[in-house]
Amino acid sequence: MVLAPVKAAEDVGWPEALPLLPHPAEIVIGIIAFGILYWIFSRKVVPRMEAMYEERAAAIEGGMAQAEQAQAEARAALEKYNAQLAEARTEANEIRESAREQGASIVAEMRSQAQSEASRITESAQRQVEAERQQAVVQLRQEVGSLSTSLASKIVGESLEDEVRQKGIVDRFLAELETGEVTPEKVAPAGRET
Amino acid sequence: MSLSVVPAHWLQGGLSAADEEGFQAPGIESFWWPLIGSDTSNWTLTRPAFVVMASVVIIGFFFLAVAGKLTVVPSKRQWVAEQAYGFVRNTIARDVIGAKDFRPFVPLLMTLFTLILFNNVMGILPFVQFPSMSRIAFPIVLTLIVYVVYHTVGLRRKHGVVGYLKSLVPPGLPVWLRPIMFFLEFLTYFIIRPLTLALRLFGNMLAGHLMLLVFILGGEYLLVHGSNLFVQASGILGLAFGIVMTFFELLVQFLQAFIFTLLSALYISDAVSEEH
Repeated sequence: MVLAPVKAAEDVGWPEALPLLPHPAEIVIGIIAFGILYWIFSRKVVPRMEAMYEERAAAIEGGMAQAEQAQAEARAALEKYNAQLAEARTEANEIRESAREQGASIVAEMRSQAQSEASRITESAQRQVEAERQQAVVQLRQEVGSLSTSLASKIVGESLEDEVRQKGIVDRFLAELETGEVTPEKVAPAGRET
Repeated sequence: MSLSVVPAHWLQGGLSAADEEGFQAPGIESFWWPLIGSDTSNWTLTRPAFVVMASVVIIGFFFLAVAGKLTVVPSKRQWVAEQAYGFVRNTIARDVIGAKDFRPFVPLLMTLFTLILFNNVMGILPFVQFPSMSRIAFPIVLTLIVYVVYHTVGLRRKHGVVGYLKSLVPPGLPVWLRPIMFFLEFLTYFIIRPLTLALRLFGNMLAGHLMLLVFILGGEYLLVHGSNLFVQASGILGLAFGIVMTFFELLVQFLQAFIFTLLSALYISDAVSEEH
């Protein structure tokens, strides 16, 4: 069959043969080569490769599930921390608020205390002043009485020994003085007249 | 047997070029590279065949070593293996065939992708520098396997030969259009798809390698045997462009491996799907 043209060109042989003419030895070697390689791939390489692919797919899926779980855990932890943070913040706010209130109330209390203290002090001082004034008034009255009596007795020359009369005159004079019926300006001319 | 990087007849060509025969442009014979055996024998061990076997050993050991100690958290080596595996499993198999049915076809697509990509990249790897898939035998083998697989799956899923042939015609077509559609679809499924699948990979690798040979051997010839400075300068330019094209080849090599695997998945998905 294919060998016929080669036989015809016996003198030159394969170097001059048509390039489309297959060389029998090469055909046989090609078949053997393909057979060996096919056997290696179909029996050894491909099954193992496929098994490894499946294993890898399983490993990747497992890894992904693990990663998902870890992510969920992390998210839960974050939420927890956030909640705690918010709680702490409101607590701090409350504490600050109450401290402010407390401070304000302390200040108010202090202020009222100080005010009452001040008013008490003022009151007692006023009372003291009043008492002293009263005392001074009484003393002054006595002294003015005796002074004016002695002055009057010296001026008039009349002894006014009767205590009741004396007291009556002085009192009347002072009362007139207080009510304004007799002004001090008028006293001197009146005294001079009398 | 010659394990040298450059095949014997190139050296002869170089010698004969020195003997004033002129530049021998690289051609079809550049892709014949025997290690053990004669030029006429059908059972000569060729260098690309040796590279294919070596690639099976390297890919097999790498993936076996990785699969031996898989961990959920990947090591650096496992990460590399997982990138390749994940690309074929998710981007090609699962997205094209569908999440329901893709699993049994992962080893097939994985074998196709790693084998083609590794052997394509061998096309620019220093000291190997020969894409095994530019020998049509390897694309034909891989295409035949895909061909058998998607037809078998189609026959099983669509309840026998009749059901499978019926499913080639899309439902809801007018009666007069059905024979034409059947003919076109039959051609597509049974002839065009395998042909294009094999030839696309083969052609890209052959053309890419040939282009690199032209630029690099031609540039070298101009540089070494050039009679004046201008010719030698163009030789340097040719070599530089050869380097640029090498990187472009890397892109093509990856793309072809990807396209071959993607189309295989697409054909399988057609066979698996309930409609059509």
